[in-house]
Amino acid sequence: MQLTLWTYEGPPHVGAMRVATALEDVHYVLHAPQGDTYADLLFTMIERLPKRPPVTYTTFQARDLGGDTAELFKNAAREAHERFKPAAMMVGASCTAELIQDDPGGLAAALDLPIPVVALELPSYQKKENWGAAETFYQMVRGLAGPHAPAPGTPRPPRVAGAQPSCNILGPTALGFRHRDDVREIRGLLESIGVEVRVVAPQGATAADLARLGEADFNVVLYPETAGSTANWLQRNFGQQYTRTIPIGAIATREFIAEVADLAGIDPERAQAAGRSRAPWYSRSVDSTYLTGKRVFVFGDGTHAVAAARVAAEEFGFTVVGIGTYSREFAREVRAAADKYGVEPLITDDYLEVEARVAELQPELVLGTQMERHIAKRLGVPCAVISAPVHVQDFPARYAPQMGFEGANVLFDTWVHPLMMGLEEHLLGMFREDFEFHDGAAASHLGHGSSRPQPPEAISPIAMGEAAAAAAGLATSAPAGEPVAGELVWAADAQKELGKIPFFVRGKARRNTEAYASQHGVALITVETLYEAKAHYGR
Amino acid sequence: MNAVIDFRPRDAGCADAPVLRERGQREVFCGLTGIIWLHRKIQDAFFLVVGSRTCAHLIQSAAGVMIFAEPRFATAIIDDRDLAGLADANDELDRVVGRLLERRPDIKLLFLVGSCPSEVIKLDLHRAAQRLDGVFRGRTRVLNYSGSGIETTFTQGEDACLAALVPELPAAASAAAPDLLLVGTVADIVEDQFLRTFRAMGIERVAAFPPRRSTELPAVGPNTRILLTQPFLGDTVRALEARGAKHLAAPFPLGEEGTTLWMHAAADAFNVPKARFEQVVAPLQERARSGIARYREALAGKRIFFFPDSQLELPLARFLSRELGMQLLEVGTPYLHRQLLGKELELLPAGTALSEGQDVERQLDRCESAGPDIVVCGLGLANPLESRGITTKWSIELVFSPIHGFDQAADLAELFARPLNRRDRLVALER
Repeated sequence: MQLTLWTYEGPPHVGAMRVATALEDVHYVLHAPQGDTYADLLFTMIERLPKRPPVTYTTFQARDLGGDTAELFKNAAREAHERFKPAAMMVGASCTAELIQDDPGGLAAALDLPIPVVALELPSYQKKENWGAAETFYQMVRGLAGPHAPAPGTPRPPRVAGAQPSCNILGPTALGFRHRDDVREIRGLLESIGVEVRVVAPQGATAADLARLGEADFNVVLYPETAGSTANWLQRNFGQQYTRTIPIGAIATREFIAEVADLAGIDPERAQAAGRSRAPWYSRSVDSTYLTGKRVFVFGDGTHAVAAARVAAEEFGFTVVGIGTYSREFAREVRAAADKYGVEPLITDDYLEVEARVAELQPELVLGTQMERHIAKRLGVPCAVISAPVHVQDFPARYAPQMGFEGANVLFDTWVHPLMMGLEEHLLGMFREDFEFHDGAAASHLGHGSSRPQPPEAISPIAMGEAAAAAAGLATSAPAGEPVAGELVWAADAQKELGKIPFFVRGKARRNTEAYASQHGVALITVETLYEAKAHYGR
Repeated sequence: MNAVIDFRPRDAGCADAPVLRERGQREVFCGLTGIIWLHRKIQDAFFLVVGSRTCAHLIQSAAGVMIFAEPRFATAIIDDRDLAGLADANDELDRVVGRLLERRPDIKLLFLVGSCPSEVIKLDLHRAAQRLDGVFRGRTRVLNYSGSGIETTFTQGEDACLAALVPELPAAASAAAPDLLLVGTVADIVEDQFLRTFRAMGIERVAAFPPRRSTELPAVGPNTRILLTQPFLGDTVRALEARGAKHLAAPFPLGEEGTTLWMHAAADAFNVPKARFEQVVAPLQERARSGIARYREALAGKRIFFFPDSQLELPLARFLSRELGMQLLEVGTPYLHRQLLGKELELLPAGTALSEGQDVERQLDRCESAGPDIVVCGLGLANPLESRGITTKWSIELVFSPIHGFDQAADLAELFARPLNRRDRLVALER
């Protein structure tokens, strides 16, 4: 049993729903108790889809458990087929139905429907949403494209001379973080370098499209979380290579183009001329000097976290002080990235642990999910969202991809936006006593998204261990002269001097000073200690 | 004249009206959803769902609007180790509760909330609660109820929670003077208005249940009279009646008429002189009427269709039909409690199409062919209907907004007028 306040991922059948909803003419019959229909609102409200997800629920109740829930399932499947006339059907169970063991796959087979029916086994008590989406996509592709696979061991015939190279784009689903815009961006990029995009799946694909996935020369995998297992299977069965580079950031987009050019057999130099981002120049512009070495904490799904950390380090000149993921399936990739930045990886789906880590690290920017946005807001740290789980704000009306050349521009804008601008930061530092520069005043360019530290009282013990709170310098409510951390005591003048430091670096200053004092056996922290610590640690 | 003699009183409304009972896909929340308002109402209570990742995801998604507030609820997620018997579920639960209470020493009342999976694997949360109650005695009370979807629909979760809390109420002396207990969660401001109004009538001994703090549980006894603020509290009423309390039958305090009749039921039971009642209520009625009048033009004659959701559908339909002149196409409710809603049924216009339970696909067909001006439905259906040009009102807002009482009657009308107003404003905008 795991104590959970907020969860990063839903159950695996929600992953299956993301695939079903992405597909065009497929219906999902889900054996599930009354109440599980809540999942519809994820799609209709968060993503604002104008149609209901193509899902029929059996919504059994206690009185049905004594009777025949299997019959209930069969009726639901039969009626769903009659009403929606799908080209293919997925059947499965949610967590509760898994316990009553009605075998939706067997029941559906007994109905002998005139369409392909794919039975999903999604162990709800072990696995989560992304795994469920990947497994569902894989089972659908195996079920529909499988019959078209060549005999095992048949080498893939070379492309006909002069034929245009082609690919499929794999991975985008309903409720995906910016999938809608990433697909448009990458599709445009591929087409501009002369690669034909045959099928995008699951988003927008029909059952017939899945059946002909093997026709393209190779696959472009945008989201390994949902498409990794499918791409592997297609490689094994159809000899299709697939891309490994995730085109997030200007550098990775260049690498992605090189990889595609190689797979497609096209001139890499011409391909690279297809476009460019504005972001690299913006980053080199002197105005961006203030970004140098900003301490950033990165958390998200494996792919987005690793990509964001790289962009942060190599394109923004930030210092990655922490990286983590909630997807255990991608722990290896995240550990490797953590190694690269010399930091401790955080592999957890426990929101409290993430909060404690952020509090402990005191980053100047958090790149995370909506959960980290919440954490950052409470701790008064700027934050930009880089990954699912999604929120209604992650489906902007405007075009805002994360991938490709335009994606790199979007990253530049959205990551810089929450930060204090260069000169403004200096002015705040220099004229702390200006009455309009009080801590509650947001930077002038910040709108509703501005972050202000909340009063320490607002941070409750459940959200944060006391140790973490102290480490975060949130014990500032303790009056000067009283013990704060262990034996350390802040003299009143030192406390006052600390108050002159802008709030967005004050936590770090407090932490450094206390660490310095402990190391040097200083019991009473004075103004001098503060500056000695400053000299010791540098900025 | 017709030869058939109709024995029903002429103005019995829908008291004996036929009800379309449907059993198909029910597009409704489970009772866990009630935690979203209950955890805010009882400020020192914590709700620990013992369930699956689905349960955690449901509450998080349904509470999406509140996700950035500090929650006083959590889920103990059952995993395959618990199911395989590798871990003793009770030991695990003790560990989780211990960790929780260590982090939240301010919690005085902990509910272990049963879910579909915990019910199906027959995890005995009642015994677990008793055991933990013994462990934390003197510090935190531990109770349990089920909010599972197999047993409860949406607002029934509150019913189950309050019914579980009833045995904790102190006993009122049998010789105690009669007291009035208002039962059901309403907004704090509404509760205060009600308490003020009843006191103004001379009913001094009046309290609300659930209380805002678990340490302020009202006493109950044979001289307690219960007045329900919400229609979905059948089990709670039964539990209170078992403690000797008497239920005062009344319509619900939605709209001017409903609030008047509701207060009148209490005034009658407490022998409030007619003049005193009139004196207290008349200005409130007048204020409510003039507030409602502002929306009458927008709503009169408009055709409304209710999908089942909170069990508030009948009182809402009665208000919209009688005070705003709306036409009721179909009034769907997840569960029709005839006894508690008897007074409401009498007030509904004769011939109103009532439905109980749901087959969502058929109901959508009926809705479409009825051609409503506005549809009251859950969040899963609202945008799909809007995209087809059908104006909707999210039903969940009716549970989360102060809509009860005289001074909220106009706000309630406005909630229905707003989507129509919006439709008119956006008339030139492409679909």
